[in-house]
Amino acid sequence: MRRVTKLAAAVTATAALALTATACGESSTESGGKKNKGVGLAFDVGGRDDHSFNEAAARGTDKAEKELGVKTKEMTAGNNETEETREQRLTSLAKAGYNPVIGVGFNYGKSVNKVAKEFPDTTFGVVDEQSHAKNVVGMTFAENEASYLVGVAAAKKTKTDKVSFIGGVDNALIQKFEAGYVKGVKDTNPKIKVEVDYLYKESDKGFNDPARAKSMAKGMLARGNDVIYTAAGQSGAGSIEEVSKKKGAWAIGVDSDQYRQKGLEKYKDAILTSSVKNVDVAVYELIKSVKDGKPLTGNQTFSLKEKGVSVATSGGFIDDIKDDIDKATEKIVSGEVKVPTRP
Amino acid sequence: MSRLRDKFSAQAVLQALAAPMLALLTAFVLSSAVIAATGEDPFHAFYVMIDFGSKSDSQVWIVNKAIPYYLSAAAVAIGFRMNLFNIGVDGQYRVAAFFAAVVGGALALPGVLQIGVIILVAMAVGALWAGIAGVLKTTRGVSEVITTIMLNSIAGSLIGYFLSEDKLAVKDGNLFHTPTIPEAARFFLIPTTPDPIYGTVIIAVVIGLAYWFVLGRTRFGFDLRAVGRSESAASASGVSVRRMVVTSMVLSGAVAGLVGMPTLLNKSFSYGTDFPTGVGFTGIAIALLGRNHPIGMALAALLWGFLERTGLQLEFEGYAQEIVGVMQGIIVLCVVIAYEIVRRVVLRRQQSAVGAELSAQGGQGGQGGQSAPREPGGPGDPGGPGGPGEPGGPGEPGDKSAESTQAKKAGTTA
Repeated sequence: MRRVTKLAAAVTATAALALTATACGESSTESGGKKNKGVGLAFDVGGRDDHSFNEAAARGTDKAEKELGVKTKEMTAGNNETEETREQRLTSLAKAGYNPVIGVGFNYGKSVNKVAKEFPDTTFGVVDEQSHAKNVVGMTFAENEASYLVGVAAAKKTKTDKVSFIGGVDNALIQKFEAGYVKGVKDTNPKIKVEVDYLYKESDKGFNDPARAKSMAKGMLARGNDVIYTAAGQSGAGSIEEVSKKKGAWAIGVDSDQYRQKGLEKYKDAILTSSVKNVDVAVYELIKSVKDGKPLTGNQTFSLKEKGVSVATSGGFIDDIKDDIDKATEKIVSGEVKVPTRP
Repeated sequence: MSRLRDKFSAQAVLQALAAPMLALLTAFVLSSAVIAATGEDPFHAFYVMIDFGSKSDSQVWIVNKAIPYYLSAAAVAIGFRMNLFNIGVDGQYRVAAFFAAVVGGALALPGVLQIGVIILVAMAVGALWAGIAGVLKTTRGVSEVITTIMLNSIAGSLIGYFLSEDKLAVKDGNLFHTPTIPEAARFFLIPTTPDPIYGTVIIAVVIGLAYWFVLGRTRFGFDLRAVGRSESAASASGVSVRRMVVTSMVLSGAVAGLVGMPTLLNKSFSYGTDFPTGVGFTGIAIALLGRNHPIGMALAALLWGFLERTGLQLEFEGYAQEIVGVMQGIIVLCVVIAYEIVRRVVLRRQQSAVGAELSAQGGQGGQGGQSAPREPGGPGDPGGPGGPGEPGGPGEPGDKSAESTQAKKAGTTA
């Protein structure tokens, strides 16, 4: 009997091998089109509707669609995906003729720079990472500077002298947010305690786990923190929701002006401000440059100076402390205050 | 006797084919229904999958992807065969790959030697990590399901702690990773076009052969499966259950330690914040799908790779991104259910066949109906470990009433 099962397995295996062997020869790259089809946009986990980071990039392509008449193909990363999968996603887009191909998020850093070498005629972009190839544009932002400013706002608004920070994943990028925020708070009032915590040590799940952010915010509120700054992509919605339940507590948004996000409308009165990363501007400029036939290249940094990052004033909750924010902005732009990039 | 044998072998063939066919057919129908429910054309989806999945670069991608999946499934299956649920393969391979990467990045030995050291460190660390759960089970009676899950979480924190600049890692853009392993200590690639296949596929083949040989052809493997079937019976026949539990956890962990090697030695050459996670859980699904059988798991791992490869293409063609995840779930469920249904049907037929035989002999007629004979070559216990190719072998040594039928069967199965 054993022999029969084994025989069956062997036959199946051979058949499978034979089938695959006959298919050898043509590679999927050979059957791609060559005409430019528009913009290929690969989102990080959380996808287009994360009300935060990815959505900022999506606004850039939306604007390009409207004003430049280009089409956009969007794809989204899944959790726990590997380098191979990201490479395949970018390759599919480039092969099908999309130009530029943009990876949203530092996770695409390696894969964009690698795939770009195979498609020298296509312009690639990557948000939050450096370019290491000729046809790659690296778009990086001074998140620490915008975070410093919201730190100032938090310090001015807290009544309990306890504020906190929630990071999505404990990596170098999110540590930049933390470092700026803590410095902003401490420079304004050194007596204020800042509680810092991260949703995950090392998994990208941190950027789309609102439930975890929610329970973490709950704990922080219970410990008397009354301003919570969450830099965690889609997860941020969870902590904003939790903060909105407590009277007198403030949430600080990230990447997009979260007060204006449709999906967060219910909680907008709890959103003090947001540290905005103008990913949309960067993405739009890149698309425009390709469309105009003069593609950008190399690294582009967007800091407070170039208005690449900013503080949202929607809702008018920080109008009374506008002077403090402006003063801090001047100090950073003039170089009087150096905002650290790591805690 | 010969009449009986014919009947059994015909049934076995039928069963060997019936279960996978039933599973595939059901999975196909259900997946189509799900795709249709999203308002898309299921047949075009399958066409896209087959067309794209059979391209040469897809084949290479699928094989490379399947290597860690297969190793992970083998690690899980070692536990399954003795009723141990090692949910901790995920933590084991990550801790193992991390420390192997640290050692590999710090040493500069002659190439082959260093590869050997890296692999040995990975296996040792994986074994140690899994061994903790084994020792806790035998000395304190803590369920390995709980300890291994908790050890996964501890593994993540441990790596997170060491994976920072002032500890064991270097910063590279936004990523932290261990120092890169020198070029000489990287595993070879098999030069296929357009992309190479990872040389670490050899490791998977060796583990597959070792799995088949040790579990199916040695006394140790026999003892291991005996414990899985019935602990009390195994210890009554002189097997030290405690030692078997620890040994098999350690073995499972050692194999789990290899899961990270294809990535480490063929792709990333360092352990960074972007090192794949979750492969240990994929391994559980693949072990279930492959029925713990060395070839079955290989096919399952390839199927998984195929689904992931083509899933991305489906998204590209405008299908929902989640379709492939749904398909994977459906396939595993269908396989488990189909094998169970077929097993029950065959069991009932055998019972009546044996009953008829016995009453014809005029002996202990009627007993055959109650003492369910273990069908030879059948899938294992309901919903659980034990796979095809399981010999009538260990059976339940305590099951005296079935002894006469067992003996008959032994004649037909051997």
